[in-house]
Amino acid sequence: MAEICPNTRPNRPMPGEDVSSQLEPAMAPGCVDAAGAGASVDVVLGRNGGMAFMKRLSGVVQAKANKVLDRVEDPRETLDLSYEKQLEQLQQVRKGVADVATARKRIELQASQLQASANKLQDQAKQALAQNREDLAREALSRRAGIADQLEQLRVQHEQLQAQEEKLVITTQQLQTRVEAFRSQKETLKASYTAAEAQTKIGEAVSGISESMSDTGMAMQRAQDKIANMQARAGAVDELLASGALTDLTGSSDPLQAELDKASSSNQVELELAQLKGQLAPADAPAIAAAPGASDAGDAEDAEVVDAPGAAPAPGADLFSLKKDGGA
Amino acid sequence: MIIRILGDGQFEVPDSAKAKLDELDAAVDHALSTKDEEAFQRALNALDTEIRELGTPVAASTILPSDLILPHEGASLSEISELLGSEEI
Repeated sequence: MAEICPNTRPNRPMPGEDVSSQLEPAMAPGCVDAAGAGASVDVVLGRNGGMAFMKRLSGVVQAKANKVLDRVEDPRETLDLSYEKQLEQLQQVRKGVADVATARKRIELQASQLQASANKLQDQAKQALAQNREDLAREALSRRAGIADQLEQLRVQHEQLQAQEEKLVITTQQLQTRVEAFRSQKETLKASYTAAEAQTKIGEAVSGISESMSDTGMAMQRAQDKIANMQARAGAVDELLASGALTDLTGSSDPLQAELDKASSSNQVELELAQLKGQLAPADAPAIAAAPGASDAGDAEDAEVVDAPGAAPAPGADLFSLKKDGGA
Repeated sequence: MIIRILGDGQFEVPDSAKAKLDELDAAVDHALSTKDEEAFQRALNALDTEIRELGTPVAASTILPSDLILPHEGASLSEISELLGSEEI
């Protein structure tokens, strides 16, 4: 499978029969005829053209590719040099994959921290509603909405990073295949160097490999740019988390929580009354104990607890839920 | 002919696809010159799809230069202008 294909453009020297008969049999199965049935691309495209856009881009990429290798006088040395450069690039791409994975994991960690904050705020909103403090519930929910925005942005970035990671993994595999192919071919080419056509093939092999290295280099650059953007954002989220704006809401220093705690002690008696009423009257309504961590706003459940004429959950569950939801 | 889609690999596309690709390429070129991002994305996508549909992926072990090159998937107009501009300066 490891072949360096002859280019079949007539505007380049064609391989001579003798050498190609040495090289071609090995090439035939994996080789793609570069210009279809041997027709020149220049002929197919016409003298000036068509494909103006793709041609211009091709010119730019190939110009970059020529800079990838500092060509040395003897093409055989260029082969060795490009092999070394490919090995270096393989190392870099592998490191690139690891960098993207690290950035992705960081985003995952942040997302779980943000999710925890969102859950806390959700609980606080419920708690506030249970104490008839709609103002506090509103505040908690609006902070939660801000976090939801952040989470959504992280989700988008996470998807992008995952796509980059998958692409780089494929790039690494392709590069690995190419490096191996190149290694086995370069010795063959060097051995037949005296033939003029072998020199042409060396030139094409080097052009082909330079182009693909240039492409890989650009792909890595894109991945690195993405990582850099994300690191800037991730840093901002970290600062937000560290500043306590998001995580300390349930801490004693948080004014929202302080208000809730204050209100909750005065509501405690009422809540306990409601619970007692609930225990006295048999009913099929679900216990509030199920509430902590549940995702929907607490109005329905809270109303149930206060009015709960029919609630008769297990006694232990009610006490647990009071401690958790009503207690400070 | 061999067309490279950047970040992806090379495709061998039959010469019979020339007319169609030329038309799609012209649409990309036009969007680029009129700086119409939306049209650029649309045209680039169409060209990308056509090449993948008509072309056969070239094995990674095959080492040869491309005849034409297409930008990577999702490339923006400004990215490509910059890339092409780097040649003209």
